[in-house]
Amino acid sequence: MVDIPYEGIEGIPPAEVPDVELYHPRSWWTRYVFSQDAKVIAIQYSLTATAIGLVALVLSWLMRLQLGFPGTFSFIDANQYLQFITMHGMIMVIYLLTALFLGGFGNYLIPLMVGARDMVFPYVNMLSYWVYLLAVLVLASTFFVPGGPTGAGWTLYPPQAILSGTPGQDWGIILMMSSLILFIIGFTMGGLNYVVTVLQARTRGMTLMRLPLTVWGIFTATVMALLAFPALFVASVMLLLDRLLGTSFFMPSLVEMGQLSKHGGGSPLLFQHLFWFFGHPEVYIVALPAFGIVSDLISTHARKNIFGYRMMVWAIVAIGALSFIVWAHHMYVSGMFPQFGYFFATTTLIIAIPTAIKVYNWVLTLWRGDIHLRVPMLFALGFIITFVNGGLTGLFLGNVVVDVPLSDTMFVVAHFHMVMGVAPIMVVLGAIYHWYPKVTGRMLNDALGKFHFWVTFLGAYLIFFPMHYLGLLGVPRRYFELGDTSFIPSSAHSLNAFISVVALTVGFSQMVFLFNLAWSLFKGEASGGNPWRATTLEWQTPETPPGHGNWGKELPVVYRWAYDYSVPGAAEDFIPQNQPPRATQLVQGAAS
Amino acid sequence: MAVALILLLVAIGSVLFHIYSPWWWTPIATNWAYIDHTINITFWITGFVFVAVIAFMAYCVFRFHHKEGRRADYNPENKRLEWWLSVGTGVGVAAMLAPGLVVWHQFVTVPADATEIEVMGQQWQWSFRLPGKDGKLGTSDVRNIAADNPMGLNRDDAHAQDDVVIENGDLHLQLGKPVKVLLRSVDVLHDFYVPEFRAKMDMVPGMVTYFWITPIRTGTFDVLCAELCGAAHYQMRSKVIVDEEREYHAWLEQQKTFAELSSAKAIVKATYQSGGK
Repeated sequence: MVDIPYEGIEGIPPAEVPDVELYHPRSWWTRYVFSQDAKVIAIQYSLTATAIGLVALVLSWLMRLQLGFPGTFSFIDANQYLQFITMHGMIMVIYLLTALFLGGFGNYLIPLMVGARDMVFPYVNMLSYWVYLLAVLVLASTFFVPGGPTGAGWTLYPPQAILSGTPGQDWGIILMMSSLILFIIGFTMGGLNYVVTVLQARTRGMTLMRLPLTVWGIFTATVMALLAFPALFVASVMLLLDRLLGTSFFMPSLVEMGQLSKHGGGSPLLFQHLFWFFGHPEVYIVALPAFGIVSDLISTHARKNIFGYRMMVWAIVAIGALSFIVWAHHMYVSGMFPQFGYFFATTTLIIAIPTAIKVYNWVLTLWRGDIHLRVPMLFALGFIITFVNGGLTGLFLGNVVVDVPLSDTMFVVAHFHMVMGVAPIMVVLGAIYHWYPKVTGRMLNDALGKFHFWVTFLGAYLIFFPMHYLGLLGVPRRYFELGDTSFIPSSAHSLNAFISVVALTVGFSQMVFLFNLAWSLFKGEASGGNPWRATTLEWQTPETPPGHGNWGKELPVVYRWAYDYSVPGAAEDFIPQNQPPRATQLVQGAAS
Repeated sequence: MAVALILLLVAIGSVLFHIYSPWWWTPIATNWAYIDHTINITFWITGFVFVAVIAFMAYCVFRFHHKEGRRADYNPENKRLEWWLSVGTGVGVAAMLAPGLVVWHQFVTVPADATEIEVMGQQWQWSFRLPGKDGKLGTSDVRNIAADNPMGLNRDDAHAQDDVVIENGDLHLQLGKPVKVLLRSVDVLHDFYVPEFRAKMDMVPGMVTYFWITPIRTGTFDVLCAELCGAAHYQMRSKVIVDEEREYHAWLEQQKTFAELSSAKAIVKATYQSGGK
């Protein structure tokens, strides 16, 4: 992996295609609102995702109030509870995490990290955000329509989702499907951009195997999303038709509230296959950018090259590919063809191998490193613990027969929150602490950051680790109240109350973070261009925050991979990717 | 080093919680102890990996945290180490997958002597059906559902007439007798869930799904719905009672067949229409 310096490399001029002219904003509106600059679009995506994410956070408080103290809060009824869990799940998975990783981090980091001036299709990129915003507004509007949002669960399984026994059957479900359709249209516009930009707009010298893992993660996730979202798209359209026109894609002959319905011939299982054909890759659409980003956080703050870079790249690609043939592990108890169990259990457990390799390589990167325990690194460590925990419980649920007693219990809730809730959010937070200086030119407050990390990490672990044991006990998920049973002891109710108290605490501690974001914008310490002494291109921009077009007059030329930290013989413990071999200062006496 | 210590404590605390937590699975009531064994194997393997990874990480943080003058090593890869770790992981995965698949094979292979019974879900209650003297369940269709035929049995099917139909009652099973539980729904997805049985399966309108069990201890067990089925999902309850042979038959004697129920309802209806004359 070491790039051997060779003669004459400095003579290569930057590759700039002369006839591609950037769109230059001429007014305040085109600069900050209808902007075509990927960096502005990234901030728009991030702020919108955070705003709707806060709604999901409040919903989780309401759910926890009900679960921890059933019967205490008269303003939460069974219908609302279902609406809360549905909206919380859908917002977190799609409108927050997917949008933030791809629309937010993808837009900001891809052009900067590959050494491009902007995305390849800036106008389409701008459109992508506005369609996403529309999708969010349509989704949020369901809180105000008659009947409220749908309470079908985020999986929206028919027939239940569109029948009258489910809250939000009126407007809620229609607007939910419409919002998803809009989201996918918006995402597709952005996603094509990210893929083409990574493939076509890399600067001279930036080979694929010199890309930072952040770009590999986001790139692979985007390719996956472009392949997976169409399945959700058709499922949404068909469900909408079943609901609006009375078609029967997913609806068999059935009795609705005592009356034989006019439906017939449809298959509820078909929806589940389509949903999870999207839904499982979706897990990795969130996870792979997190994998990539956390690799770069660990490497930068441990001052050490990421261990096994090539293996890391191939693991990302292998996970991405395999994740398309595991979807039915969400359906082991759905009543599907029983022999599928063998195949999907095998593929699912095979995914554990490339995933484990990634974990090993993260911790091996720490080995003999020079570990700076700054806030982004703390979040990276928190990610490793929560991800390992959540990944290992995935081996329970993926192993078909083990899933049978555990499916639809709180074990599942604990598992997926740990692995695709807490773990990716650790990365999101770590990444914000890491790149905030580049976006704003100022550092986030360190003391507040450390407080935020410890409360969030330890709190989230205290919420979700014990929750697995409620599931082992047999406590089902999506229950408004547990009621009287012979198998749930009163201690389990106490545990629920404890979890709720911790959840509210962790939730409120996020306000410290929001305060830090706002306060540091004006009062934060000036960061300079490369406060972490990192190697990747985004830290080498002539201006911080990077100006329009990112690179000033000339594009950077890349001479080395993204992980030249602590190279033996070099004077500094990092060598930027765009530093020519001859310009590398050597320690006196070590020169060859 | 506080950070390393806290990381280590998270791992140790998790293990201690696992050992001492009062929350563990319910005492099993069927033959599916194999499933519990597979879960235990999985706990051992994953628990080992969890502690090993976090302990290693905590050690690195302790040993290699930044000090003045420290410089990191430069070692991009180590093919041999990566290869061994991959193989080791593969072995661990196989050790969990193999028993899992063997038990799954048992799970989907219903013994020939299993009695077929039926559980039907609807928003938000359970109905049960047992075969009559002929030992066979009659056919059914959602289109046959009427006030006097809530399970939609086929009136023209001789096998259906002697089927025992239990509405709003509890299901009894006989100790030691394997049963194949046929699952049906008339409206939305449900899931017949008895924690002590370990087995569960969704009920899908338009399909018949199944699982099989052999009850191994007597007792009364809660039935819950495990697949979200609308507003009153959490209230969809019933009970299963596993009896010794004698009690089971005593209970069975008291149950009404489909023929008895529909004629009784027909009589009530006729009486009502004729004003009791």
